[in-house]
Amino acid sequence: MHLLEPRANPSVIMRWASPALAVLLTLFVGSLLFIALKKDPLEAFRVFFIDPLNSAYGWSELLLKASPLILIAQGLAIGFKARIYNIGAEGQLIMGAIFGGGVALLFEGTGSSFALPAMVLAGALGGALWGALPALLKTRFNAEETLTTLMLAYVASFLLSWLVSGPWKDPGGMNFPQTVMFAATSQFSMLADGLRLNTSVFITAAAVAAFYLFTKKSLLAYAITVGGEAPAAARYAGFSSKRTVWFALTISGLTAGLAGIAEVAGPIGQLNLNISPGYGYAAIIVAWIGRLHPVGIVGAGLLMALLYLGGEQAQLALQLPAAITGLFQGMLLFFLLGCDAFIDYRLRRRKRRTVAATKPAVPVQEAA
Amino acid sequence: MIDHLIPILAGTLAAATPLVFAGLGELVAEKSGVINLGVEGMILIGAIAGFAFATQTGGGAGAGLIAGAVAGTLAATLFAILSLSLGANQAAAGLALTIFGIGLSAFIGQSFVSYSLPGLKPWDIPLLSDIPVIGRILFHQDWVVYLSWVVALAVAWVLAKTRLGLLLKAVGESPESAHAIGYPVIAIRYGAVLFGGAMAGIAGAYLSTVYTPLWVQNMSAGRGWIAVALVVFATWKPGRLMLGAYLFGGMTILQLHAQGLGIRVPSQLMSAIPYAATVLVLVLISRDRKLLQLNLPASLGKSFMPGG
Repeated sequence: MHLLEPRANPSVIMRWASPALAVLLTLFVGSLLFIALKKDPLEAFRVFFIDPLNSAYGWSELLLKASPLILIAQGLAIGFKARIYNIGAEGQLIMGAIFGGGVALLFEGTGSSFALPAMVLAGALGGALWGALPALLKTRFNAEETLTTLMLAYVASFLLSWLVSGPWKDPGGMNFPQTVMFAATSQFSMLADGLRLNTSVFITAAAVAAFYLFTKKSLLAYAITVGGEAPAAARYAGFSSKRTVWFALTISGLTAGLAGIAEVAGPIGQLNLNISPGYGYAAIIVAWIGRLHPVGIVGAGLLMALLYLGGEQAQLALQLPAAITGLFQGMLLFFLLGCDAFIDYRLRRRKRRTVAATKPAVPVQEAA
Repeated sequence: MIDHLIPILAGTLAAATPLVFAGLGELVAEKSGVINLGVEGMILIGAIAGFAFATQTGGGAGAGLIAGAVAGTLAATLFAILSLSLGANQAAAGLALTIFGIGLSAFIGQSFVSYSLPGLKPWDIPLLSDIPVIGRILFHQDWVVYLSWVVALAVAWVLAKTRLGLLLKAVGESPESAHAIGYPVIAIRYGAVLFGGAMAGIAGAYLSTVYTPLWVQNMSAGRGWIAVALVVFATWKPGRLMLGAYLFGGMTILQLHAQGLGIRVPSQLMSAIPYAATVLVLVLISRDRKLLQLNLPASLGKSFMPGG
């Protein structure tokens, strides 16, 4: 059972090779799956990874789907570095959509050009509040943020469900659980005719730049990383862990809230029950595949968006269940974590060195 | 009123049974120092495996539960390899298992959406079921509910009275010391995690083959997470875990009976209650840091890799 031995120093090569290896392993197991389902794997991969990108529309859809994933993952990565696991970004996305969508309904019929900016602010606020609540519960009452963020995600989704089937329901909507379609002044404008990609993608671009500068330049970002890797050292240096909790959860809530309003004021154009295909959960994988690095996350977000598009294509062209996307997402994360072991460990060599054999058992801090 | 109350309380026991199984399994894993956040995924994998097996073989709920337990164990093996053999962060590995389980079960489940199963008839326990009121609540249940009590008693007994229980707790408190004395820490943790997987698998199979009994995508609806929260609520004690499970079972049942009881709250908001209550309960328990410190397995969530 003890196949591994610690490396003297963590492997820098493995740190960046691991996501690539994980993708290859996922593709390999994926081909086995396709063969088992009696589909030609080459054909399946063409449908999954090439077909979605053979048109301008395809690229626009890729960016449209990658945008919320990248935006949310940027915020999550800050917390993950400090080992603060916000896994309820889906709920913060929904609250952003609810707050922003509520503002859109307030502006209904005014034609005001302040509508969209107000919605974006409200969306950011809604997400940030839903992230700040677990921060309060953690700092004040010591409640685990993993569980509270996730439970609050369920609460948010039921709240949305109540709003769109009760007080905010479109009276002319054939009794469907949805609000009215937002006015043009309450929606992001399209970047080109016939494409769904809209100006909200600039929010994501700005966020990537902001998070890049933040992680490179700010003392707070340094304090957060130290707090995650060496909590004792961080305390000696006077970095407050409470401040880290507040910051990490609020900022990740905020980015998720922005993603939420970008969806409902973008491709969806209203509040309904299907405002997110699990972006808040997929963004967790994006953050890890992207090595919690602002630029790495962009690549990982594009990859994950391609998985979503491929899943849709596979459903149409190969009659495969769309849930195959979720299956691939899970496999990818499994393989990534498995490959990550080889950052800190290597396979035990066959001949035991005497020094190694006499080494005592070492407690190992959680590997990131 | 009592006419209303009997079906509500009897229904509470059935609704709580998945939480009892999954919670007990997670409790044992955590006692060994391993927090497995993959319970939700293991429940879903158990649910689809149990349902698929029961419908394909015609073996009924019993066969489904066994298939669910096997599938849950296999799912837990994936988590164990990552977090115990490869030293991956337990939170990340558990989350990966949940995401994988949601995807896998939805993928397989697509072919089973139109099937249904007969469920299970209640067994009346002789004599006991004749007790007025209490008999109708406690002893007019399906056999899986009784099984959950047996498992709860067994877990409580093993933890409190046996050498195995002592060993499990020793590993959970200090894997370094246990390793130094010569106990197989990793093997014991594997055992605890796989037991947790089997229990979560049974919980899932109970949902799909007895409780609903249908396959619905994501049918566990967060029960796995509530089970993890219940372990904290229970301060790692099986008796309190049962209490918590029945409390939450009651909340889920209440929404079905809300109209009959004259509660005029929109159904969506009623559905949110168990999740909001979980947050509340976590807050109430966690704010007492001393209570947590006293009961928390000291090595919980920390990887242990025997070195050299």
